[in-house]
Amino acid sequence: MGSATRADGPLLIGGRPFASRLIVGTGKYRSNAEMVSAIRASGAEMVTVAVRRVDLDRTKEEGILHHLDPAEFFLLPNTAGCYTAADAIRYARLGRAAGLNDWVKLEVIGDERTLLPDTGATLEAARELVADDFHVLAYTNDDLIAALRLEDAGCAAVMPLASPIGSGLGLVNPYYIREIKRRLAVPVIVDAGVGTASDACLTMEQGVDGVLMNTALAAAEDPVGMARAMRLAVRAGREAYLAGRMASREIAVPSSPSAGMLE
Amino acid sequence: MTTSDDSGPVTGPGGAAGDGPPAAATIVLNGERRAVEPGLSVAELLHGLGLDPGMVVVERNREILARGDLADTPAEDGDRFELVHFVGGG
Repeated sequence: MGSATRADGPLLIGGRPFASRLIVGTGKYRSNAEMVSAIRASGAEMVTVAVRRVDLDRTKEEGILHHLDPAEFFLLPNTAGCYTAADAIRYARLGRAAGLNDWVKLEVIGDERTLLPDTGATLEAARELVADDFHVLAYTNDDLIAALRLEDAGCAAVMPLASPIGSGLGLVNPYYIREIKRRLAVPVIVDAGVGTASDACLTMEQGVDGVLMNTALAAAEDPVGMARAMRLAVRAGREAYLAGRMASREIAVPSSPSAGMLE
Repeated sequence: MTTSDDSGPVTGPGGAAGDGPPAAATIVLNGERRAVEPGLSVAELLHGLGLDPGMVVVERNREILARGDLADTPAEDGDRFELVHFVGGG
């Protein structure tokens, strides 16, 4: 009998399937053209966008809908820049009013220097937005308790950080991320802090359902090249996880037989 | 003429009842004071700014306006508007 291959299905969030487990942001790119090329190269289907005032003094073409077609990509509005639950709720509703969907990447930040989430305010906002029929994908930290509370509140996905937003530090706490994935029934998508391909691969090896990144692509010297790498890395990490890695140990175990050596 | 100032009450030039044409309305739009002609609808306001209503979301005095209501909603003296759209973000 051949070895069983654990077949992978799509990433399922709120009943909606996504073939790609890589979600990308649209911020910080040097140009809109580079952004679109990188996003396409990444294979991502869902991309995040921010909600901001229209700049009435500048060109009217700066809105992201002039560059990304909602028919090609699933746009996920975020509540970036919000430091209170009330602000995040306001921004989420504005995002929904654009008429694309009722999904939101909920972020309520607690500290400007680290951009770490205010988990209490995030939970408060999540409860209100879930009651208002949003699909809430909640950015949080690697605290198991916060993740469980967000799931209990009805979030469609829980998104613990790998490390601070834009830091590129990679996965600083794989142990807690693994435990969060073991304990939650909703999708777990690691969001923030991924810097290079090995970070994305290592993250997926923990068994999580997806990875969200922005700066890793936008700030790379060659965002399109890095997007290609990330696409492969997410796939590699996922396949390695599904394949069931070997146990690691601190002493050596020979790979070649001990018997049959010459005298 | 616009000034960056979103503090304090927003009032437009007053006119006594029966004194000729209605005074211009003063609104705050994205944090800046603007004078608008009386009776202007929000849809007309957007059009005057060169904005496609399908590409922006309008909040008037902290309430989101449905796109279908823009033509019927007047920009009144003292109104505070936020016009927002999607931009790049993580």
